[in-house]
Amino acid sequence: MKPNLPRDVLLDMYRRMRRIRRFEDIAVEAHKNGEIPGSLHTSHGQEAEIVGACMALLPDDYMVGNHRSHGHPIGKGAKLDRLMAELLARSTGVCGGKGGSMHLADFSVGSLGETSIVGSGIPVAAGAALGAKLQGSNKVTLCFFGDGASNEGTFHEGINMAANWKLPVIFLCENNGYAVATPITSTAVVANIADRASGYGIPGVVVDGQDILAVYAVVSEAARRARAGEGPTLVEAKTYRYLDHAANMGRRLNYRELAEIEAWRAKDPLTLFASRLRDEMGFKPLDIEDVDEEVEREVQSALDFARNSPFPDAAGAFTDVFGDRLALTA
Amino acid sequence: MPEKTFLEAIRDAQFEEMERDPTVFIMGEDVESNMFGTFSGMQETFGAERVRNTPIAEAGMTGLAVGAAMVGMRPIVDFTMSPFLYPAMDQIVSMASKSRYLYGGQTQVPIVLRSNMIYGNGNAAQHSDRPYSMFANMPGINIMVPSCAYDMKGLMKTAIRNDDPVMSFEDAALWSSKSDIPDGEYLIPFGEAAVRRSGDDVTIVAVGAMVVHAMAAAAELEGEGVGCEVIDPRTVVPLDRATILESVRKTGRLVVVDSSFETCSIASEICAIVASEAFWDLRGPLQRVATPHTHIPFSPTMEEQLFPSKDKVVAAVRRAVA
Repeated sequence: MKPNLPRDVLLDMYRRMRRIRRFEDIAVEAHKNGEIPGSLHTSHGQEAEIVGACMALLPDDYMVGNHRSHGHPIGKGAKLDRLMAELLARSTGVCGGKGGSMHLADFSVGSLGETSIVGSGIPVAAGAALGAKLQGSNKVTLCFFGDGASNEGTFHEGINMAANWKLPVIFLCENNGYAVATPITSTAVVANIADRASGYGIPGVVVDGQDILAVYAVVSEAARRARAGEGPTLVEAKTYRYLDHAANMGRRLNYRELAEIEAWRAKDPLTLFASRLRDEMGFKPLDIEDVDEEVEREVQSALDFARNSPFPDAAGAFTDVFGDRLALTA
Repeated sequence: MPEKTFLEAIRDAQFEEMERDPTVFIMGEDVESNMFGTFSGMQETFGAERVRNTPIAEAGMTGLAVGAAMVGMRPIVDFTMSPFLYPAMDQIVSMASKSRYLYGGQTQVPIVLRSNMIYGNGNAAQHSDRPYSMFANMPGINIMVPSCAYDMKGLMKTAIRNDDPVMSFEDAALWSSKSDIPDGEYLIPFGEAAVRRSGDDVTIVAVGAMVVHAMAAAAELEGEGVGCEVIDPRTVVPLDRATILESVRKTGRLVVVDSSFETCSIASEICAIVASEAFWDLRGPLQRVATPHTHIPFSPTMEEQLFPSKDKVVAAVRRAVA
């Protein structure tokens, strides 16, 4: 597919994928050396479906993520500083140090939560779309969830209600093949999660999740349908995560063959897209190297920002439970 | 002042708030059929977009309410009966109650989750719960348990304007009870208990419809020379500790009447607060009148004995003053 996109948009697609990759590389290191508490769910290998989908939206469209959501805010355009600070549990983090890796939501780029209970964001995304519809705002909502979430009850309830009310929402299943260590082929009979769309009377589309332009095209059409009042689309991006479910699993689970991982690494979305930028779209190697260097500076600067930020005061544990709950809005 | 029933109060509060604020809307099963009478004339007035029938999908409709709230709406979700909250447990707990906190104040979830409590009517264990104490254990949820039509209206209007999740537990025993409701608007703040009756000998804290039993018991005990102060917390979260403690410091005795299962109930919590903070003012043992820790059976011969009653409150007061 030959895209009809401006050069700066194409380069920005690459830039955002590169940001996610390097941001997570650095996060893995920081986790290893003890700077990041808790668990760390990385999306190495999934960058194309993340960025392709996010860039098919407008900046003020909504997005709901999941436990594996470092990439989603970055794909949607978030600055790296406060994301990294959140991972390092600092007061300057996007959630003030209350959320961490599994809840890395930056509401300033349209996020409505990166929620860590599997499948829990699906009805919430439908609800944001309902709110937008009632407000007549023309915003769409993009909901990222995994193959594992597609077996949750909330998948059924949320998609059914969205379909029934023709809500402006895009359900994007990031099928990376495994729910933690359980293959989707052992928990679902259908060949594709997208096949389930017919049960809700909505379109289901399978797309190569390693091809950013293919994802961009499919999600753009889903967004057009949503804005036109034609209702939701279920998109399934076939993708893969290179690393284990989370960075602190404790022991090797041995659920997949090295050859399988190597086969997917050979289809690395950044390598593939960089080649296409050079070979098919007339970018020079230096254009790409410049982006790589720029991103390197950004992630290093984000890490410095995080390391130089203070930890939250212990008193912060008691704020944000409620707003000013006794106040009565006029 | 016109007299209104508890159900009419619910309806009127919702109606007035929807007239006042276009972001308020209602979702629930069978709202169109107006099953219990809390939506009379509302779909006709506000349309099917704002008074919206849902499928039987409690987790789904709660999640949709949370999402809509995050983008600036103020949904009211009608679950009909309280036990139907359970299929939505994850959305209530993980999403509604935690989102403001988890995201460091970047968002808020102003939703009202309404459910009624029908018990003592032979509906058996899955349809007879009074689960407000269970939800009170989770931070981030305001919980109102009104005891009369007047409070119902004023608290519901406050709930709809509140910027955080509110669960409204509506005791069906009160549905046909009536209050004088003034013309024009009034709101009742959360966390302010009402002293329903003054007395010097025993403090009775009664939640929701238990106020009726407490007042009847207090009237009976007055004839025996025992003065009961009856306190209605109106909201169990936030709880008006100050009013309860002030009363117990005066009377030195406490009876808490609560329709919850006794273990980890609001009655237990209030007793614990009083035992910790007013211990040296106590003159008798703390008493809980709650529902014993068993499920609710179908047959009336087994069911009727379980819930708090006027006689049980009287007996508890006698134990407290003995």
